[in-house]
Amino acid sequence: MAGSTPASPSASAGPAVRAAPAFSPARDAWRRFRKHRLAVASLVALGVVVLAVIIGPVVWPVAINDIDFSAQLKPPSFAHPFGTDDLGQDILARLIYGGRISLAVGLVAMIVAMVVGVLVGATAGMSRGRVDAALMWLADLFLSLPQLPLLLLIIYLFRDGLKAVLGPEGGVFVLIVLVIGGLRWMPVARLVRAQFLSLREKEFVEAARALGASRARLVVHHILPNALGPVIVAGTIDVANAIIAESTLSFLGLGFPPDIPTWGRVLFDAKDYLDVAAYWSLFPGSAMFIAVLSINFIGDGLRDALDPRRVL
Amino acid sequence: MADPLLDIRDLKTWFRTEDGLVRAVDGVSMSIGAGETLAVVGESGCGKTVTARSVLKLIDMPPGQFAGGQILWRGRDLIPLPPAEMDKIRAREIAMVFQEPMTSLNPVYPVGQQIAESLRTHEGLSRKAALDEAVAMLRLVQISNPERRVHDYPHQFSGGMRQRVMIALALACKPKLLIADEPTTALDVTIQAQILELLVEMKERFGMAIMLITHAMGVVAETAQRVVVMYAGKVVEEATVEDLFAHPRHPYTQGLIRSIPRVDASATVRRRLEQIPGTVPNLLNPPEGCRFAARCGFAVETCRKVEPPLREVAPGHKAACVL
Repeated sequence: MAGSTPASPSASAGPAVRAAPAFSPARDAWRRFRKHRLAVASLVALGVVVLAVIIGPVVWPVAINDIDFSAQLKPPSFAHPFGTDDLGQDILARLIYGGRISLAVGLVAMIVAMVVGVLVGATAGMSRGRVDAALMWLADLFLSLPQLPLLLLIIYLFRDGLKAVLGPEGGVFVLIVLVIGGLRWMPVARLVRAQFLSLREKEFVEAARALGASRARLVVHHILPNALGPVIVAGTIDVANAIIAESTLSFLGLGFPPDIPTWGRVLFDAKDYLDVAAYWSLFPGSAMFIAVLSINFIGDGLRDALDPRRVL
Repeated sequence: MADPLLDIRDLKTWFRTEDGLVRAVDGVSMSIGAGETLAVVGESGCGKTVTARSVLKLIDMPPGQFAGGQILWRGRDLIPLPPAEMDKIRAREIAMVFQEPMTSLNPVYPVGQQIAESLRTHEGLSRKAALDEAVAMLRLVQISNPERRVHDYPHQFSGGMRQRVMIALALACKPKLLIADEPTTALDVTIQAQILELLVEMKERFGMAIMLITHAMGVVAETAQRVVVMYAGKVVEEATVEDLFAHPRHPYTQGLIRSIPRVDASATVRRRLEQIPGTVPNLLNPPEGCRFAARCGFAVETCRKVEPPLREVAPGHKAACVL
């Protein structure tokens, strides 16, 4: 009786020795994820980037706004590994600091999109009928809005108000996260709704209902955990999209102020010096490229790992 | 019978579909006494499952609707009961085992947790006590090494084992009535016998009643005391098991019994296994008169015009046939 299913169902069959410990779905997914080499490599790459922005200031303790006119637009050197900008500020230090903001924006905007999307999708999927139609109509409405002009408009309208309440840094952060997340919940909502529509008809949901589980319990305990796989994948890729979106805003000069050098902001500052200091835009561009690419590969790996139709 | 546990009276569960009104259950009455096993027999699409689901109010409304009748559970009508009250009846008083053991357990939780969850919600047990009870339940349904298996996920169990887990889950709160909807249909024959044996054993242990829904007459003979035969949304015959097999009155019941493969002496003469010709009529527009008339070898002119009522043909034996 080495397998996980004893050949004999009788209780008196003696002690069953099972070779492998219980495989939880999470462990099983990790086992499949590990087979996806590119995803594992991406996980390492992203890990390095994240680690760099977290402990970077300790290893490279250079002030981000240390203006040094004797070292303007210097190409990479030992003193400034990524070179300096037009004010003689160290680009490496700025990228390390900016990376925190960029990654945090991506992560928090994704969480905003997930929360709104899951709430809307779950409500629509469970209610059917008019509520479902209304919510999906709302999602379609949001999908049909031209996003960039809307982003610009919202930021123009609310930036100063929020700055006054939450301070320049916090205000812009909250605004950008809400705006990016608030315009990305629709695909998640549709995904969750589709999952709910199919899962609510599954026998185990009905069995749970027959055993007295309330509606709330059915949703939270039985349907939602089974719907999470695709949502996690979508969420991962959303982080990458949010990072790009933040860069776009910063590049248009609508994101963070110049003293908060997010990757997009550094690119924006570098664009006028492309011919004399290409390295200035190359480094933030590469950082973004690596982060976004590896997040997308991780998303691919997760997709394979969490695919419900998986065989092995 | 004095004060039945469950008394279904003239139940009508209808479905409004795009094509029209489907009278899936159309005036069905049956009752189950405490500790009794009632088998509900009939072929696919005759309304057995809808009847069972109606009892637990698992029918989606809409498209379903209760068009009439009562479901009296210990004297209380379940049909007008609000959902919160119904949740209290489910599991603690009436529990259900489903046909598909492969999909009836939530794939993301270990089985023990699923049993424990039910115990914690309904019986208010602590986490530890509920898990211990889950182990005890798994042992009771003869899952080997329950202390370990309690942490396993459904995909680590075979079909028969999962059905045992389902039974453990259904019985965890010691219900007074267990509705088993074709509990053995998806299993192979040897496992079927084991599961039926287990159900009978559990019934005796807990003194509960069982409503066994099946299309296999063999299963009926082995487990039930009384049988209700359904056809096209109606009850066509009701009798004790002995009476039904000895003196089936309705041609449909006779057909069902004849279509069991026999291995005993009378079958030494080689004969073709009989079948009932035709299929269940479309319930969108059921035929006038007796619904079985089109497939019945004895049908006469009146059968096609007047629907025969269910009447007592012998003590404790009812049939809906003019013959």
